[in-house]
Amino acid sequence: MTRPVLIENARILDPWSGTDQGGGAILIEHGHISDVSTGGPVGVPDGAELINAGGQLVAPGLVDMRVFTGEPGHEYRETLQSAGDAAVAGGVTSFVMMPDTAPVVDDGALVDFLVRRAKANSKANILPAAGITRGLRGEEITEFGLLREAGAICLSDGRQSVQSAALLRTAMTYAANFGMMIVHQPIEASLLGEGSMNDGLLATTLGLKGIPREAETVALARDLQLALLSGVRYHAAQISCAASVELLAAAKAKSQTISAGVSINHLSLNENDVAGYRTFFKLSPPLRAEADRLAMVEALRSGAVDVIHSDHDPQDSEVKRQPFAEAAAGAVGLETLLAAALRLYHSGEVDLLTLFRAMSTRPAALLGLESGRLARGAPADIVVVDLDYPWVVTEAGMRSRSRNTCFEGARMSGKVMRTLVAGETVYSVDEITGVAK
Amino acid sequence: MTVEPLPPFRQRHLLSIADLEPHEIIFLLDKANDLVPVSRQDRKSLSTLSGKTQINLFFEPSTRTQSSFEIAGKRLGALVVNMSVKTSSITKGETLIDTATTLNAMQPDVLVVRHGSSGAVALLAQKVDCAVVNAGDGAHEHPTQALLDALTIRRHKGRLTGLTVAICGDIINSRVARSNLLLLGALRVKTRVVAPRNLLPSGIEALCTEVCTDMREGLRDADVVMMLRLQHERANGRMIPSIREFYRFYGLDADKLAVAKPDAIVMHPGPMNRGVEIDPAIADGPASVIADQVEMGVAVRMAVLDSLITARVHA
Repeated sequence: MTRPVLIENARILDPWSGTDQGGGAILIEHGHISDVSTGGPVGVPDGAELINAGGQLVAPGLVDMRVFTGEPGHEYRETLQSAGDAAVAGGVTSFVMMPDTAPVVDDGALVDFLVRRAKANSKANILPAAGITRGLRGEEITEFGLLREAGAICLSDGRQSVQSAALLRTAMTYAANFGMMIVHQPIEASLLGEGSMNDGLLATTLGLKGIPREAETVALARDLQLALLSGVRYHAAQISCAASVELLAAAKAKSQTISAGVSINHLSLNENDVAGYRTFFKLSPPLRAEADRLAMVEALRSGAVDVIHSDHDPQDSEVKRQPFAEAAAGAVGLETLLAAALRLYHSGEVDLLTLFRAMSTRPAALLGLESGRLARGAPADIVVVDLDYPWVVTEAGMRSRSRNTCFEGARMSGKVMRTLVAGETVYSVDEITGVAK
Repeated sequence: MTVEPLPPFRQRHLLSIADLEPHEIIFLLDKANDLVPVSRQDRKSLSTLSGKTQINLFFEPSTRTQSSFEIAGKRLGALVVNMSVKTSSITKGETLIDTATTLNAMQPDVLVVRHGSSGAVALLAQKVDCAVVNAGDGAHEHPTQALLDALTIRRHKGRLTGLTVAICGDIINSRVARSNLLLLGALRVKTRVVAPRNLLPSGIEALCTEVCTDMREGLRDADVVMMLRLQHERANGRMIPSIREFYRFYGLDADKLAVAKPDAIVMHPGPMNRGVEIDPAIADGPASVIADQVEMGVAVRMAVLDSLITARVHA
């Protein structure tokens, strides 16, 4: 029997109810929120653990819709345990794990294994996505019904993009049958070609083959038409350019079951970060021009894009310290997601409720989770955030097994001081030293 | 009026023309020009680099560039070692970084590197203590080619400023084109790129004075016509329909050359595809300075090797 917990003196931020108010308190019993007060008295049960938030922000824990791990198959990159540790240090209390592992998660038995293993080893809730196609090869669809029964949260081919429109149509129609969400990164492979960064003058001067924006928009237009045809719950896994926002806005006007995500990298960085062949900034989709980044920020404000995710993708130096075209794409991001997002708040570009809605409330709702809100009955997945706490990102300070961060040396304002998962404190920081306890 | 002396050459490596200031380009051209007679004399050797070790590391085969660097190093008195990749461990999966670390332990004074990937030479340079010369990386840069081209032009025309240079053909895949555009641009030479749209990379307008998709328009009143090699495999219907179509519209023949200045010179970095990008009669005709380019290549590489190693000694 766990003790009840009372978080008091809290600035309650809850996008679900639209609340942003100081002097609040949250009572947690049996791993769930049993009362939320924004001023009035809260009954304190005997023996409750008291947490004084000191007026800091208390918000629902982050729900990250796009995380790659190394386990199973590449444990030296990341295990479920190290990913969980990195997640809670970044305020992420639940994340969707992409199926790009070895073996690929395309079978119910593997989903079942992952669910059990994550429960035993990870401080954060890990929600496995299962492949849309066997082996993520884009040739045959997987057993959607059995995968759902085994615990798959959604269907995704991870880094891969289904090239056959006919097969994608089949997958969408069948997924709609089971009410499952398809999370798909739109890439037209023939336009991607051998490209390794955004197409344009910078790629030309670096002598790198460019990836045109149309490699995304051509595939996205196709995906959206097929999603409307099938009525499936479709989530464009991540978009990177202004033209994609227009396509999404038009499709969303026709259907409630379409949504989209953007990685924090595409909200924070642009193609100029690649200069000097910096492979840690090689991402998929590639970082685009500043105008595209600004369009992503605007899409977040307008709601054309629903979700911000980390796109956490641990890669070791063997595959990163290579000539740019040969290097692997991807960057770790669980530990910097919230701090990087808060830059948009500090710069006045996006307000706090919008940010937390996109990182918690909205992804939780899309995934059908009870979390993502500070409401009675919801799981007590909660973060306490010091919005102004200054810190510098260092590779050495990271919990992830891989160090391929885009934010090495970045100065951040805002740090997670405490993370609770199901009412238990799984991460906390000494307020004076900034060191995890 | 007093002429200020040029500041000394202080570069650690020669990785790209983009890293050079105009005065550094001129320093290298002047030095190379002074070294031309060395290769024309009976005893073609200096002892400037005696006791120094030069390793030529070629991940892509190239007989001409490798020999040019080898001869340049030897004429300066350096010990030159050639490593080609087919005989090395790279093919066994060793990473570029591992190779760099291994070679670095052998204490060379200069590494001359060619690699098929853009940025690979710069990556290798981060991991070694000696000077590194980029002998061509992917579609990025080939700085000594641009220097030898500029020296060839300057010796034929007596100047660079005010000239119009047309660079024609497979621009999108060409490191030679990029280095030449940067060098000529830095020295205020007018540059035109001439190619069909699908052989022009995005944003090329920012790197040259004019973009032309018609050969006659591009060659009109040009002082220099620089042809690029078209890889045969590009003319397979995926980028270019066929060699004969390319030759018809973009190959250099007497008709097209006629619109350039009467004293225009014709250049090619080699190896040439006669009948693909250039008519044999032009390649071997009076306007061609292709053999001079090869000769200037040795002088330019001598100047580069000497300058880098000397800069290190003084550092």
